Amino acid sequence: MSPVLEVRDLAVSFGTREGAVRAVDGVSLTVKRGEVLGLVGESGSGKSVTGLSIMGLIDAPGRITAGSIKFEGRELVGLPEKELRTLRGRRIAMIFQDPMTTLNPVLRVDTQMIEAIRAHEAVSEKAARDRAARALARVGIPSPEERLQSYPHQFSGGMRQRVAIAIALLHGPALLVADEPTTALDVTIQAQILAEVQQLCAETGTALVWVTHDLAVVAGLADRIAVMYAGRIVEDGPVDGVLDSPRHPYTAGLIGSVPSRNRRGSPLAQIPGMTPSLANLPPGCAFAPRCPRADAACRIEAPPLLAETGGRAFRCIHPLTAEGVAA
Amino acid sequence: MLVYFIRRLGQAALVVAVMGAIVFVSIYMVGNPVDVLANPNADAKEMAEIAGRLGLDKPLHEQFALFVWNALHGDLGRSFVFNEPALKLIIQRMPATLELAFAALIVSVLIGIPLGMLAGLWPHSVWGRGIMTGSILGFSLPNFWIGLMLILLFAVQLRWLPSGGRGETVTVLGVPVSFLTVDGLRHLVLPAFTLALYKAALVIRLARAGTREAMLQDYVRFARAKGLSPSRIILVHVLKNIMIPITTVLGLEFGGMIAFAVVTETVFAYPGMGKLLIDSIGRLDRPIIVAYLMMVVVVFVVINFVVDLIYAALDPRVRLSEQGS
Repeated sequence: MSPVLEVRDLAVSFGTREGAVRAVDGVSLTVKRGEVLGLVGESGSGKSVTGLSIMGLIDAPGRITAGSIKFEGRELVGLPEKELRTLRGRRIAMIFQDPMTTLNPVLRVDTQMIEAIRAHEAVSEKAARDRAARALARVGIPSPEERLQSYPHQFSGGMRQRVAIAIALLHGPALLVADEPTTALDVTIQAQILAEVQQLCAETGTALVWVTHDLAVVAGLADRIAVMYAGRIVEDGPVDGVLDSPRHPYTAGLIGSVPSRNRRGSPLAQIPGMTPSLANLPPGCAFAPRCPRADAACRIEAPPLLAETGGRAFRCIHPLTAEGVAA
Repeated sequence: MLVYFIRRLGQAALVVAVMGAIVFVSIYMVGNPVDVLANPNADAKEMAEIAGRLGLDKPLHEQFALFVWNALHGDLGRSFVFNEPALKLIIQRMPATLELAFAALIVSVLIGIPLGMLAGLWPHSVWGRGIMTGSILGFSLPNFWIGLMLILLFAVQLRWLPSGGRGETVTVLGVPVSFLTVDGLRHLVLPAFTLALYKAALVIRLARAGTREAMLQDYVRFARAKGLSPSRIILVHVLKNIMIPITTVLGLEFGGMIAFAVVTETVFAYPGMGKLLIDSIGRLDRPIIVAYLMMVVVVFVVINFVVDLIYAALDPRVRLSEQGS
């Protein structure tokens, strides 16, 4: 089965006063039909920029400088804006982090839904409205006909995110990029939204790239996980394998900093230091300054992505083994 | 909504009362109208007679009490010069000024919003920078000078447009209007443009700032992610959002245009209220000055209220909170 999305060696730079900053550097991803990929990383790791690149929504001063993004076999890098627009919202959709700001506050929900339908299909206002109402019902919004007439501020945060999801899934896209859509929500709402998105995507066979910093979310949702650090993917593999026996010390650090019942009483492990400034990356492995396993070799050159059996890969010359001891 | 309305009415009454006192007392301090009105050869007896007839011999507090009493009965005094009710004279001149102010408002919106949005969408382009530089001119060039230059260019040199006056009028519902005749429109172009230029510069700034801000908002990004065309995003999503601050400011400015089109009307010999005010100040015709300023206060109060209503129509969030109050 050919993948829905195939990103190869993607590099995105932002021109700043201090020169070009590589926000994404050599990222490769593959997402199959109906698959859920968790793209995990801290703030500034390049995970959101990767998501936006797939949508073709990188704005100046940002620029895709290298690599390829193949969607349903079609190259998106360099595709004219007009053709990208026919894909956006129809074949690839995106939802964003803050549901309070993703809907236009001065336009009614029906306006915002109907325009999304009519941007891609020549249907009547009436037909579009019916479809919008059905879409709202599908994401669990009660009395959708009436709610269509509402303005965004008349919805709660969770409901707004549902509206955004309904809009994103209007055309049954092949791929949904979700940029931390549950981060701003209460935990209970977060769980509901997660379950709904998962179910809706499963129904339509929509592949999902779920960008998040929350490993707990990924653990319950994703098939595969890709961990990003300082613009690079440092570890990539099936979710169970990566979470049970991480190879990269950074992944291990992330897992260790999630509070867990099993380690009650012991102080929470944390990764020392801070994410490096992308404008001023250390030579060699970007994680080396914070890494307990780093030695002189790590600071010489950036480690290549090493593939392993079971579809796993990592960028580390001193990887952890399954038992967690030095190799 | 009703509570809100009553509260606004109370505020308005207070503003009108305070303004009345300030205006009346300050005008009392300026010159002696009898000197202007009386025959230069008049003796002290004749002067005293005029002062007595106009009620100017009474002490300030009595004059003010009488003014308030009459004002509450809808009488703002009679013009010393024309011997007609001051309010009637002002209202006669009002259509001309309203017409001018409306024309200027339309011109400033038609110039300001498109240019401001262009500058906001491409702030670093030659166009964006050019528009901003132009708007500085709009801010800084004095109104009367622009008027004079326009007259010089279009009326004197090119002879395309008339240099002053109101031109031909037609009567609609008992009100003489000039914007329905070609000649009237021709007379309206230069003064309206002159009056609009400063406001247009203001609208450009507001529209630019609003557009730049809106383009960075998540809702614009989401609209793009939906696959909407740029024209739809700019003309619906962005425009509707930037209209909110623009409406507020333009409302206030509109009051200013009605009340203080004085300079423009003088330059173009345009027979509006502003010209009447200037003439009355020259003749120390106190009742007209006072009546004019009182009317200005009322105009501002009314416009502020209307702006709030438009604001509510544009911004659903405001609409809802008002219903709650």
